[in-house]
Amino acid sequence: MCDSVTNIKIAGLGGMGVLTATQILAEVLFRQGWDVKKAEVHGMSQRGGSICSDVRFGKRVFSPMIPEGEVDYLVLFQEDQRALYARDSSSKTVVIGASCVDASRLASKKALNVAMLGVLSRRLDAPAALWMDVIRATLPPRLHAANEAAFELGRQTVRD
Amino acid sequence: MERRFLMGNEAVALGALHQGAARGTGYPGTPSSEILEYFSGFGGAAEWAPNEKVAAEVALGVAFAGVRAFVTMKHVGLNVAADVLFTAAYSGVDGALVFVVADDPGLASSQNEQDSRRYAVAAGVPMLEPSDSQEAYDYTRLAFDVSERWKLPVILRLTTRVCHSGTIVAPRAPVAELPEAHFERNIPHRVMVPAHARAAHRRLRQKLAEIVEWNEREGPNELVEGSGDLGVIASGVAYQHAREAAKDASFFKVGMSYPLPMRAILSFAASVKRCVVIEENDPYLADAVRAAGGRIESAPELYRFGELDVGRVRRIFRGDVSPEPAAQRGKPPQLCAGCPHRTVFEILKRHDCIVAGDIGCYTLGALEPLAAMDTQICMGASIGVGLGLRHVLPRKEAKRVVSVIGDSTFVHSGLTGLAEMAYNVPSTGHVLLILDNATTAMTGQQEHPGTGRLLNRAPTNTLDYARVAEAMNIPYVEVYDPVAEADAFESALLRALERDELTVLIARRPCILSVARQRAEPANQG
Repeated sequence: MCDSVTNIKIAGLGGMGVLTATQILAEVLFRQGWDVKKAEVHGMSQRGGSICSDVRFGKRVFSPMIPEGEVDYLVLFQEDQRALYARDSSSKTVVIGASCVDASRLASKKALNVAMLGVLSRRLDAPAALWMDVIRATLPPRLHAANEAAFELGRQTVRD
Repeated sequence: MERRFLMGNEAVALGALHQGAARGTGYPGTPSSEILEYFSGFGGAAEWAPNEKVAAEVALGVAFAGVRAFVTMKHVGLNVAADVLFTAAYSGVDGALVFVVADDPGLASSQNEQDSRRYAVAAGVPMLEPSDSQEAYDYTRLAFDVSERWKLPVILRLTTRVCHSGTIVAPRAPVAELPEAHFERNIPHRVMVPAHARAAHRRLRQKLAEIVEWNEREGPNELVEGSGDLGVIASGVAYQHAREAAKDASFFKVGMSYPLPMRAILSFAASVKRCVVIEENDPYLADAVRAAGGRIESAPELYRFGELDVGRVRRIFRGDVSPEPAAQRGKPPQLCAGCPHRTVFEILKRHDCIVAGDIGCYTLGALEPLAAMDTQICMGASIGVGLGLRHVLPRKEAKRVVSVIGDSTFVHSGLTGLAEMAYNVPSTGHVLLILDNATTAMTGQQEHPGTGRLLNRAPTNTLDYARVAEAMNIPYVEVYDPVAEADAFESALLRALERDELTVLIARRPCILSVARQRAEPANQG
């Protein structure tokens, strides 16, 4: 359907870089020319607590929040959080968990968020170069090398 | 101009910049905090004030000088600034004054779900309600226009999902010509003694009568023609949810929610078979339309609680009043590992203190397993509530009462509480703990008058809490590092609880997050 919207939920704990990953993802989709909306929660709900954000894209998106049961891709930085998003998901939801990434090969544990984007990127049709541009535009220069490597690591992860 | 992907708060900041705001003021509060930070980042003149009332007063002064000002706050901040709002509505302004107020339906990070639309009605000031970042940008610019045209403060009402959602924005060219600040004496308009205020009240009502006509004719309201079977009246982000939930319906989107374009709304309601009002928080629109004789349906009472989403709006359309599944609760927020507040609450718990608490990260001290805070109501309440308890509790219990307040909250609303403590002294004395982590931590480590740095991190004066307490003649004022000097701090607390006198204990140790941030920030920002 031409008016279909793709829904991606990124979830983890406060401090794991959920918001940064969301920002990069939304910007990539925006630069591809989609209508994009994202929704996230700040403040009291962070501080190490469970946190998630929604990114939606398509020809036209209305609500910034993914309706119940309509998540297409659930990206979990911490797999034990999965049960929290049971109602958001359906049998069609593709779950991308942190175990997709070999964390021992990450130069920095903090770059897990970008590695997860690398895994997700295989499901979306944006070119790797665009992802790299946005990663560099979003993160400070001293983090570029570690995050570019993390993205590549995630992107090369073989899908099951 | 090139389209950009912006958060709602960022879009407000850009709108203010493009509309030539001479100064933005405010006090941090989720979900409004980033607006001034973005505005400053864009090159605008922005400041954190000690609290929302002072911020609004500074902004009013800017607007009295004939230029454009805005003040940002969360919904409960408007309670603090309400004194300014109500009478600034009478005095009016010379330039422009926009109150940017962010409501938090669903309580993502707040102590209540109050609906700021009631303030627009109560104070008699126009209110605009954007539903996404594009409108956040457009309505910010429009708010300055409306304010300048009618010489009235205007409220831009945001909600969490508008502030913290990102959507695409097509900015317009910035205004080319800006007014220059100047002072023109106008005592009858700016000195609100009764004789002047009587006339000012009439002027206010006259302006509102003009604005309602403007809103009917050319206000930022939108008609979407769809099926005649279902019509929806909606505002804010609820409109976006409803568009998705009822793709074929007709819509009347309310952009200016006070004063309402009631003729247009009633004619829309009459044009469809079934008309449903979809709104978050209070049934403000529904009540107003009904009072004007409109035949509408509105959400059952259960949808008044929490924020709306597409699923809930679908249920409202179906008239579903069955109990909703309980929200999934994940890992709750907690004090960070290494947070200096932890030690303090462990000590308070160990001695079974009755803790009158306050608003900030340290409110997390109320959660299990610490469970070491007994009250939390509003900014600054720790001191007054603690004193009230001390005044009436039996001596044995009164002796266990401690007021706990953070540094930013102390500057915001604790100074007057401390004056009360020094003035109306309970017979058992009292103990005030100021948890000084040198930042406004909860909302994202903003500066305040006690940190010695401005919003843009440039150096300025530093308020000294100990000397303030001494100046108020508090007999015991002591400062400890609650982690490095945990034992000394604990003994000092015990001594303070023992004697029937007033003590201010300052637990001073920087927030671990802000230490990390300051290390990461380039030195040239210092």
